[in-house]
Amino acid sequence: MPTYRPGPVSLILAALVALFLLLPLLAVIPVSLTPSRMLAMPSGELSLRHYRALIEDPRWINSILLSIRIGIVSSAFSTVLALCFSLGVWMFQPRFTAALVGFVLLPMVVPPVVSAITLYFLLTSISGFSAFFGYDTWLGVAMAHAVMTVPFATVLILVSLSQLDRRIDLAARGLGATVWERATRIIMPNIKFGIVTAALLSFVLSWEEIGVTLFITSVNAITLPRLMWMGLRDNIDPAIAALSVILIIITVLVLAVRSVVVRLRQE
Amino acid sequence: MRAYFSDRMGAALLMAPLLLFLVLAYAWPFLGVVKWSFTLPTPGLGQYNALLTDDLVQSVFIRTLRIAAIVTVVSVAAAYAITVVWVRGTPVQRVIAEFCILVPFWISVLTRAFGWVALLSNRGLINTWLQSIGFISEPLTLVRNEFGVIVGMTHFLIPFAVFPLASSMRSLDDRVLLAARGLGSSRMRTFWSVFVPMTRSGIIGSALIVFVFSLGFFVTPAILGGGRSVMVAELIYLRIFQSPDWGLGAAISVVLVLFVGALMALLFRYVRPRQLV
Repeated sequence: MPTYRPGPVSLILAALVALFLLLPLLAVIPVSLTPSRMLAMPSGELSLRHYRALIEDPRWINSILLSIRIGIVSSAFSTVLALCFSLGVWMFQPRFTAALVGFVLLPMVVPPVVSAITLYFLLTSISGFSAFFGYDTWLGVAMAHAVMTVPFATVLILVSLSQLDRRIDLAARGLGATVWERATRIIMPNIKFGIVTAALLSFVLSWEEIGVTLFITSVNAITLPRLMWMGLRDNIDPAIAALSVILIIITVLVLAVRSVVVRLRQE
Repeated sequence: MRAYFSDRMGAALLMAPLLLFLVLAYAWPFLGVVKWSFTLPTPGLGQYNALLTDDLVQSVFIRTLRIAAIVTVVSVAAAYAITVVWVRGTPVQRVIAEFCILVPFWISVLTRAFGWVALLSNRGLINTWLQSIGFISEPLTLVRNEFGVIVGMTHFLIPFAVFPLASSMRSLDDRVLLAARGLGSSRMRTFWSVFVPMTRSGIIGSALIVFVFSLGFFVTPAILGGGRSVMVAELIYLRIFQSPDWGLGAAISVVLVLFVGALMALLFRYVRPRQLV
């Protein structure tokens, strides 16, 4: 049966959209090579000084390390909570499941700026009685990121559970497996791809989170996006262009590897 | 009976940690924000009254609705064009379209906003090029205004608009298109009278997603608007951190949540969730 392929008009329109989507990502490359101290196009000679600044300036290194630490802690926390919750939903199918899942998904649906002011309220309240866990602390940021990423982790784990055959769990149950054995030896090995994906997505979302982070940090917990934000608001620092080029290259590589892996799994 | 009891216990034990965490770290502080909106600086409905009378707040709300509407129309149209190729193109065209959709999708909002600054600012790529060929003598103001905000937001939201459209195009039955062509309809007419109407649920879904996202958008307008084209989310930020007026910031947040909630209710009324993804 013939499939309908897009005609020349569609292809031209799609190519224009594709160009629009890629243009700003390509534009940062020449800016990152400018010898100038300010944002400008290089005229004549190129320079790697802004790449060197990323390595030599301790602010960049510190914020990268902080972002990694916050990402790992918040991703571990949100993945474990999401996994337990999803196992509860799948194994026991309790009443009010829809309402409970809906509640868990709220931070994903509510406008981020409202979540931000909510978490600002939370962390400033905690700051009243704890100096190292609250507003402008790395633990506070990690907890706020966990709130924001846990709905995504839950969705991914619930989706991979929904593709699991219930009969293998019933068989284990019939053979006398306890709840703990069913969860850890039957169900979890079968959804490990979903669990790993949930942890990775939580990490990535935390790594690039800025909307909430802006509300809950000021001078101590400067994550990488927060530092980029500061460099973008005042004098635009071309080091951001160098950093952007590196981040874009990493993204392209990860996506390329992923699509190869997906293709190999299908074969 | 014992099995029933242990089932309920098991479910409760597994689900409790996350529910407790979100009640304490999300629901409770949200109620705190609602309380701010009624008590700061003085108890009463003063902040909500200010929302209705304050000219600045009004103009920000109107600007937000206007920008969100423009961005929605442009993003959905652009997403439609690239989704057609992603879903129905030849294998090579599909790979290219997928690359162009997914790479921007996974790149952080800051990097993408910065890319637009690099393109559109006074000493950016476009102005430098136009000046070097002598087309203009003074740089064009393309950023730090509403134009820059619309361009940046459209760029951010196109990939989000693609996903609902793609699922509705994938589920479309080719035989219907074949029938239309067989009955003598031209390619153009088949597209407009058969293809587009049959992807209506995808269009509605992606328009609502883009519109809802635009209403609470913060980062892109703040960077590309340069403080001149303030939208609701940035207004909340300014009320909390620059002119400490927590009550007004909280009241705007409450109104924003109610508005988005009403839109979501509308979405689920007309489009069943399954049709979206």
